[in-house]
Amino acid sequence: MKSSELLSRILITLAIIGAVGTPLLIWSRTPLIHAKVAEGGGWNPSIIKANVGEPLHLKLTSDDVVHGFAVGQMDMQSVNVLPGKVTDVTLTFDKPGIYTFLCTRWCGLNHWRMRGTIEVSGLNTDPSTSSGQAPQPAPAPLYVSLSLDIDAPHDAPVIPGNPPSAINGKQLTKKLSLEKFMTQEYYFSHSPYQLFEELDSTNLSDSEKWDVVGYTWQSNTTKESIADGGQLYAQNCAACHGENGAGNGVFVDDLAAAGETSLQTMTGADDMTMQTPVDFTNPTRMLGASPALLQGKISRGGMGTGMPMWGSIFTEEQIWDLIAYLYSFQFAYHN
Amino acid sequence: MNRIEFTRIPFIKNALKSRYPQLAVFIVMLVGYIFAILAGLIGTPVGSRNFSIVFVWIAWWAILILVAVPFFGRGWCAVCPIPLPGEWLQRGAVLNPPDKKPKWLNLRVPKFFRNIWLQSISFLLLALFSSVLLTTPNITGIVLAVMLFGAIGLSTVFERRAFCRYLCPVGGFIGLYSQTAPIELRIKVKQICVTCDGKPCYNGNENGYGCPWDVFPGGLTKNTYCGLCMECIRTCPHDNIAINLRPFAADLAKLSTRIDEAFKAFIMLGSAMIYAGVLLGPWGAFKDAAYNVGTSAWFMYAIVFLAIIFVILPGFFTLGILKTKSALPLKQRFASLATALIPLGLMFWVAFSLSFVLTNTTYIFASLSDPLGLGWNLFGTANIPWQPMFTAILAPAQTLALVGGLIWSARTAQKAANEIKTSSIPVIVFCFIVTLAMLWLLL
Repeated sequence: MKSSELLSRILITLAIIGAVGTPLLIWSRTPLIHAKVAEGGGWNPSIIKANVGEPLHLKLTSDDVVHGFAVGQMDMQSVNVLPGKVTDVTLTFDKPGIYTFLCTRWCGLNHWRMRGTIEVSGLNTDPSTSSGQAPQPAPAPLYVSLSLDIDAPHDAPVIPGNPPSAINGKQLTKKLSLEKFMTQEYYFSHSPYQLFEELDSTNLSDSEKWDVVGYTWQSNTTKESIADGGQLYAQNCAACHGENGAGNGVFVDDLAAAGETSLQTMTGADDMTMQTPVDFTNPTRMLGASPALLQGKISRGGMGTGMPMWGSIFTEEQIWDLIAYLYSFQFAYHN
Repeated sequence: MNRIEFTRIPFIKNALKSRYPQLAVFIVMLVGYIFAILAGLIGTPVGSRNFSIVFVWIAWWAILILVAVPFFGRGWCAVCPIPLPGEWLQRGAVLNPPDKKPKWLNLRVPKFFRNIWLQSISFLLLALFSSVLLTTPNITGIVLAVMLFGAIGLSTVFERRAFCRYLCPVGGFIGLYSQTAPIELRIKVKQICVTCDGKPCYNGNENGYGCPWDVFPGGLTKNTYCGLCMECIRTCPHDNIAINLRPFAADLAKLSTRIDEAFKAFIMLGSAMIYAGVLLGPWGAFKDAAYNVGTSAWFMYAIVFLAIIFVILPGFFTLGILKTKSALPLKQRFASLATALIPLGLMFWVAFSLSFVLTNTTYIFASLSDPLGLGWNLFGTANIPWQPMFTAILAPAQTLALVGGLIWSARTAQKAANEIKTSSIPVIVFCFIVTLAMLWLLL
């Protein structure tokens, strides 16, 4: 064989091996976290390992539409994950545990299913807690310690004829020395209707009783808390529950079209019924719910319905902020 | 007609006679081709960011339809890497002169298939799935791989470049439109070929292989089936092969008599119109139907697609020429007069391609910097935002192409009609109507 022939064969062979091998090698050494709408598989991989104190570098890309990425219960801004582009994120965990990461863009009907976990191992380095110690178990949430049945019906039999006036309620509270109902402990564990009932012992009219309820709820929250809750609501809840809380978010029609898989809810051991997203402007439903009950519903989610579990995403404080915002659909706070 | 013979220039002649320059280009193209396959299979599934989609369907297509075919005819075939691995396997060598004894089956392609119907079918197979193919990287990767391995497989069964000549989905229309190009490979003196012993240009000799395209250069009158592989330049013992610069569309003076070529003209004309309507038009239902392969809407789209190119366009054309006076039978008239559709078809494709090429050019820069979608920024262009280019000249350029194509086709129709002594008016009217339709679809 002539040397030119041999050289040509070697060149072609090397070119083919290089053209096949180089991209494969580079590709296999660049681990990407792929985001797809939940119907397409969600996050891949959806389980990530990390160590306490060691920076975790993530490369995120979307294989379809624009997604967002954030880690629950971490102080981080969500980042956009764009189709075909790579977003770099570096995270450092100072506490071991299982963290939930999630999509923060309304990417599709099953957006809320786009979740994954980061399993962080190692010893606690959080300076605010005992350093170098294994994490202490978190205290039970209030709805658990109160043993609330968060799936039980909780409608208020009576609702106000007009929106309660907190200003009037404030005057009545002072006048009748009703401060015992103003404590945060009372607020967390009672529904507005329960307070309304307790005020039966006074000679207030129904309207005045609702005014006292309005003031009690207002005095247990702040403008900042409601604003923070409103922001969380807009980002995470409005897609289904609607911008104005009326249960008419942009996904509602699609949820209805998707039928049982998206809207069924459990009302007994075997009883599955269809349910649309809750209308927070409905006083019958909201005035019968205590903050602790709402905490349970938000934390645990709808158990098989389209209502996701937020307990691993929001901090306790964020959940109380959100609840304060939900009650603002019933009470004209701080006006 | 005047010709300028490029091969008189020693540098060009030597570059074409030597195998090394072409081999070097082949290797580079093969690397790019394989990379496109892999990018399609392992790169980002987002089409606008994937090398396979961006470089094959935007960059390559733009070069092919706007430059290579109009100006170099089968110039792309001269450097296409698809036959390289198959030919190595078939010949048992890359450069060495061929053995007399065939290494594989070396069958002749059956006569039934020695036409461009298979190429038309393979083109239509891609065309009917094009909405998915043009946007889905892994489908593009698979199709590119199937073409490469198909060519290799056919090389072991049939002689010469059976894939290129009879099956390649783009080879058919490149051949059709290469007749308009101002480049040709032709013999210099016919008598030399007539008296040449052994016809090494067709059968091969110690300097090279017999024509891979199964063409006897001595009989070449059209570019259609000459793949510009340059083997005959190497094998001709009489230095009787030339590459010429010639007037545009010189081949169209010789009218086609083949029904497969005539239908190819309708297939390409109709496909450009359908693409313009479906891919560029405002009708979401058409896009959905084209994209949702396998649904009843897609089957309807496929039926309409095939009806337009095989029934409606040829049907109206036939009705137009049916009553014209001519000594030729209708079938022959149909084939001959369809030659006039070739310039118009090419200009339809130019006008259609300008739309999406100028719209999507910025994706090329982004993809160049991050071809696999792994977050690279090799040339600092990965984050160039999408921005349509030269939008101000798009509509005028398209109009110019279409009107120019119409005039070119009308002139070709007149010449064709004179040649076969019939009226050109029905053909010109047909061209005028479809040009109006294309203008409406694009503008």
